[in-house]
Amino acid sequence: MHGRVKVKTTAQQEEEKRKEREKKLKIYVAARDACFSKRKEGVCDDEALQLTQQLLSSNPDFATLWNYRREILMHLETVKDRDEMQNIYEAELSFLEACLKVNPKSYGSWHHRGWVSARLPRPDWARELSLCDRCLSLDDRNFHCWDYRRMVVKVSGVPVDQELEFSDRLIGSNFSNYSSWHYRSTLLPLLHPQTPEAGQEPPHASSPRGPQSHRVCEEQLLKEYELVQNAFFTDPNDQSAWFYYRWLLGRAEREETVSCVYVSREDERVAVAFSRPVNICDLPPGTINDVANEHNLTVHWTGSHTHRDCALYTGRVESWCRDTATDQELFRSELSVEKTSVLQSELQSVKQLQELEPLNKWCLLTIILLMRALDPLGYEKETLAHFQTLKQVDSMRSEYYSDLCSKFMIENTILKMEYAEVRVFSITDRNLTSLCHLDQLLLVTHINLSSNRLQRLPPQFAMLQCLEVLEADNNFLENLEGVYHLPRLQEVSLKNNSILSCRCSFRAQISVSSGTPVLGIGSFCDLCSYLAAYK
Amino acid sequence: MAAEDLPSEFDVVILGTGLAESVVAAACSRVGQRVLHLDRRSYYAANWASFTFNALLTWIQEQQEGPQPEQGKDWSSLLNDGEELIHLSNPDLDSITNIQVLSYASEEDEEVPDTAKEETSANSQLEAESTGSREEESAEAEEESAEAEATNTKGEEPEVDQSHPGASSGPSEPTRKKISYAQLLKEGRRFNIDLVSKLLFSRGSLVDLLIRSNVSRYTEFKNVTRILTYRHGNLQQVPCSRADVFASRQLSVVEKRKLMRFLTSCIEETEMDQAYSSQPYSKYLQDQQLGENLQHFLLHSIAMVTEDTPTEAGLASTRHFLRSLGRYGNSPFLFPVYGLGEIPQCFCRMSAVFGGIYCLRHSVSCLIVDKDANRCKAVIDSRGQRISCSHFVVEDGYLGSRSSVTTPTRLLSRAILITDSSVLPSDSEQQVSMVTIPPGEVCQSAVKMVELCSSTMTCMPGTYLVHLTCQSVGSAFEDLSQLVTKMFQTPESQEPGGRPSVLWSLYFNMADGSVPGVEGQGLPSNVHVCSGPEGSLDHEHSIKQAELIFQRILPDEEFCPPAPNPEDIIYDGESPTPSAEEDSVKEAGQQEESGGDLKEAGQQEESGGDLNPQLDQ
Repeated sequence: MHGRVKVKTTAQQEEEKRKEREKKLKIYVAARDACFSKRKEGVCDDEALQLTQQLLSSNPDFATLWNYRREILMHLETVKDRDEMQNIYEAELSFLEACLKVNPKSYGSWHHRGWVSARLPRPDWARELSLCDRCLSLDDRNFHCWDYRRMVVKVSGVPVDQELEFSDRLIGSNFSNYSSWHYRSTLLPLLHPQTPEAGQEPPHASSPRGPQSHRVCEEQLLKEYELVQNAFFTDPNDQSAWFYYRWLLGRAEREETVSCVYVSREDERVAVAFSRPVNICDLPPGTINDVANEHNLTVHWTGSHTHRDCALYTGRVESWCRDTATDQELFRSELSVEKTSVLQSELQSVKQLQELEPLNKWCLLTIILLMRALDPLGYEKETLAHFQTLKQVDSMRSEYYSDLCSKFMIENTILKMEYAEVRVFSITDRNLTSLCHLDQLLLVTHINLSSNRLQRLPPQFAMLQCLEVLEADNNFLENLEGVYHLPRLQEVSLKNNSILSCRCSFRAQISVSSGTPVLGIGSFCDLCSYLAAYK
Repeated sequence: MAAEDLPSEFDVVILGTGLAESVVAAACSRVGQRVLHLDRRSYYAANWASFTFNALLTWIQEQQEGPQPEQGKDWSSLLNDGEELIHLSNPDLDSITNIQVLSYASEEDEEVPDTAKEETSANSQLEAESTGSREEESAEAEEESAEAEATNTKGEEPEVDQSHPGASSGPSEPTRKKISYAQLLKEGRRFNIDLVSKLLFSRGSLVDLLIRSNVSRYTEFKNVTRILTYRHGNLQQVPCSRADVFASRQLSVVEKRKLMRFLTSCIEETEMDQAYSSQPYSKYLQDQQLGENLQHFLLHSIAMVTEDTPTEAGLASTRHFLRSLGRYGNSPFLFPVYGLGEIPQCFCRMSAVFGGIYCLRHSVSCLIVDKDANRCKAVIDSRGQRISCSHFVVEDGYLGSRSSVTTPTRLLSRAILITDSSVLPSDSEQQVSMVTIPPGEVCQSAVKMVELCSSTMTCMPGTYLVHLTCQSVGSAFEDLSQLVTKMFQTPESQEPGGRPSVLWSLYFNMADGSVPGVEGQGLPSNVHVCSGPEGSLDHEHSIKQAELIFQRILPDEEFCPPAPNPEDIIYDGESPTPSAEEDSVKEAGQQEESGGDLKEAGQQEESGGDLNPQLDQ
């Protein structure tokens, strides 16, 4: 049409683009080969610097070239003076900025920037910080930039309070950013450390807390609670706020203890429970071979400078010494350090949110955790109900919730057993899917796990060194690996399970009723042969 | 060009350079129509224009003097058989009324007022120093050419009055150094004062059009940074984005949740509860268990509707607001840097790039109409030249009484203030604020207020430009002065307080352009009428109107397709393929030298520049 601007057709444009690409590729490949051959010959000249720059500015993820570049720069350092190097490195920094524009998440570019910054004779850290700010304003979750920024902050000694303000700013503009929340959690203990006299001392804090304490003073904590509540009330589906909240509520570091020492005269056996896995030495021979004598045992845990004594008096066949699970925080290590009043008011506000958002999984889970921390037995019923809702609203993770619920049920049962001061552990018809805290059951003689959803008795089941009677009817047990090495075991009842023998894979209906010939289980093979015979 | 005659034949003649006319001009030129675009005035954008302070004073003077009497010439000699004339009139005749100017800035650049004499000598020394630096500064600024690109970083420095020791004791203290009228005049070109006050919704039709047509390359925007509302005599920030809600100190956490839930459900466009189909939106909000505070925010600041707007419309405007959020920032609005007058000019520029011919101070005296066909065959311009055209697009003001016989003229009340501080001071001095004042709060009708800071390049550093707009009840002064007295410090203000002082203010009424339809009363069918600015905050009306007119002129053509990249344009006399090869050879050479694609971007810029000088300024 008359007067209309003529424009190249798409085909023409495509053809031009294709040609252009071809040409670019030719240039790229030629430059790359030149670089490689130069490096092979060990040439460290300006031309090599230019060639690598050309290549890297179009492909900043070419790690070999960055390495070559560093080789050249290190060579230059030996032949040029300080001022010249300053200029060269400054040029390097602006070249890197261009690379970051091509790919803001290039490992190579960020690493090289860190390397250059560290070697720069007169570094300009303010400029580096503002570069990071610019990058983070474009993508506040660019972890490369976060890493680099932490390095800059550390080297240039930016004051912690300034960094906290920085985190305020980032959270203010977008609170769905766990990087900023996490950064806060590293800054707060430095800026507002928990003062020793303030607040209730955790029961096990008799040993002084090291400088690595992650706790924050109460005044600041209350401010943080308010901040993070604003976040999860504004958007309850954002997980970063919830994770930070959980951190705030306190995760007590479990102290290393020898939690139980058990001595048995007739078995000539000492069983020791540690709070974490350890390598132990052999028991010196003849420690308790004397039938009548009094023995005083001391178990030293040299790694953590603790020990526990246990005396076996004359005439007694066994003896033990241990912490009791009723000690307040044994099972509250998830959230334990805060004052009850604080936890209570937190529970109130999260419940308020739950009224508005009855199906929010984060909210439900947090309520459960808070209830556990406050009064695990008192809130048992409510906790179970919330678990039911959780499994429905978040069915993808229902097995995770089942395991967690099992854990809590076991903890509660242990508490009840302790209060009753018995050595019988019974938890039936509770939909248990997993077993845990078995180290707390060292002294148990009789365990009843019937009518649950257990699939296995794990190897840790061997911790039940005093176990005499095992009942686990009506489960989904498939193997019995955990029944190894239970020296006192006399009766086993495994009716209605799905046990698969290791040798003959068949489904067996096992019924070993109590009172019937006692199965002396010295080894797993015995049981298998028994099962085979039973078939 | 002045002495030369224009070509005597065009496809489309457009009279008036307001927004709708300019968009039509761009759209028509873009698809190859020969466009002649005229305006009687000496500036672009008609009642959409932006003026420097000095130009605004001239404009006020012109408006107050009234139009020059036009000598009625007899053009009948240019008529052929079967033709008749329609005379056009002066558009400025009655679109602007009730102009009132009140200046509160002191005439001379005085030093510290008497009461401050008792200040310590150290302070007055500081004062003297800072004044010195200010003078140097402005001298320097003057040396820099009036380039639009002159950044304001320099300009921010002279804000010595902020750092002055006396300033901390409150702006009403006389120790504070006031900006004088002389300074306003001296720095007058730093102002870009809009006659209309509007904003762009980030997902509104104007932004879509700017992007789609590539006109956006001609201008820059700033995000409105906060939404405020005036309630019970206080200004409050309206939390509208997720970040705002999170940061808000006025809302309880439960309110935050309720607000967020309501907003999220609004965006999702769920079926509206039929029970509310005949109920007002305010009733609907009441029933959503939202607090009074939240209802106020939603009704007046987010939906920006009245108490009796139906629920459906209320929800739709809430949704429009919310969808615009987050596209460019934490508020749904954009404001063009250098003022709204930029936008019609950008479209004119696009039209010029594609061959449109532009003349200011050049009008059309009358239309020549073919009596039988009832079509406009040609126009006679103000120099007496007959120019034939197949379509004529005109700003309604030129039609005089013809355009608005049936509808009683509605008016908008406008006030423009230059103030010395923000209505709601915050950490940052560079806030662009949109303020809603609900009806009944101070004025009878709802008032929309936009406060612009100096980084929008619409006012000098150290000042704020405030636009107020409402539907007229009385004159602009009657409608708005009470609100101004309440929110700002003027000599009329009763109680002194830490409010911003008004340095200068202008009140006027403008005809409300929200007349329906684009067909003038009894006009030929190929004459298309564009209305002037209307009272709404957005630009939907004009953009729709422009698209409608374009479709009437060229029903089969695409409206503003993307402008091609300059390198894809084939110029006369060159065959496409060889030239492309030549180019690439050249490029290859350059690539080998510098190894960068950046060079190519530079070349694009250059070739783009070649096209632009066609724009007749």
